Amino acid sequence: MSDHDHSKCRSLLGSLSDYVDGTLGEELCEEIENHIVECQNCHVVIDTLRKTISLYHKTAADGGDVPGVVRERLFRTLNLDDFIRR
Amino acid sequence: MIEDKTEISVEALRAGDREEFSRLVDTYSGRIYRLAYKMLGVPTDAEDVLQNTFLKAFQHLKDFEGRSSLSTWLYRIASNEALMLLRKHHPEIILSDIVTEDDDNSDYFPVQFTDWCCLPEDKLLSSESQAALDRAVQHLPETQRIVFVLRDIEGLSIQETSQVLNLSETAVKTRLLRARLHLREELSIYYSERLEKRSKE
Repeated sequence: MSDHDHSKCRSLLGSLSDYVDGTLGEELCEEIENHIVECQNCHVVIDTLRKTISLYHKTAADGGDVPGVVRERLFRTLNLDDFIRR
Repeated sequence: MIEDKTEISVEALRAGDREEFSRLVDTYSGRIYRLAYKMLGVPTDAEDVLQNTFLKAFQHLKDFEGRSSLSTWLYRIASNEALMLLRKHHPEIILSDIVTEDDDNSDYFPVQFTDWCCLPEDKLLSSESQAALDRAVQHLPETQRIVFVLRDIEGLSIQETSQVLNLSETAVKTRLLRARLHLREELSIYYSERLEKRSKE
């Protein structure tokens, strides 16, 4: 790791978001993939970046409901009392 | 990615149809509440944003021209409300990353290199871990936070996020990258500790 040239890691940093989203151009993709064969740190960064994003996706999946009392207060605030019963 | 499960009639809304408005509220309130909660981290604040968003939407329905989708429009109102409340609570906040928008990302260069992906899912998403995930979002600068919440939690595209926030796609991408890198660092510290604990068990 110590004799590793970090300028490559730095230059690729700006492309990582597009890379994990699958929207990066072919050429840069290839550059990243060649780089991470040799660079364990960048490999880990990409894996854990992907995992970070997917964990947040998962937390969103089970949090889309408004608590019942919050919904009720919302309907009253909006003068929609007569529509509280769905 | 933003899809409307039930078709809401903009015409009926503009004509003052209250039942249609209640359908609008039920269709979008879950997403608006989640966005507000992730932005502010406090349930009562999230409820304020939720109520203000629909009050404003109701007031301004007549100005809704349909140039953007209803969901984009509502997300825009909600994002503004959330940011306004944040600034009210923390007037000292400055839009720290606007100045450095064109810089390279050198401040964001990774320093944590532990691979914690091998942790089992029940550890990664335990209620304790979920609280840590939420806390990490709270540590993001607000301009990055709103981009991250819209894109990676609400699942909007880059283009939709840029429409909601009235930002260029380039600015959205820059903020998103920084937010993601920042969160990865913080989660790496958190999960490394979990890994260590696990190896001692």
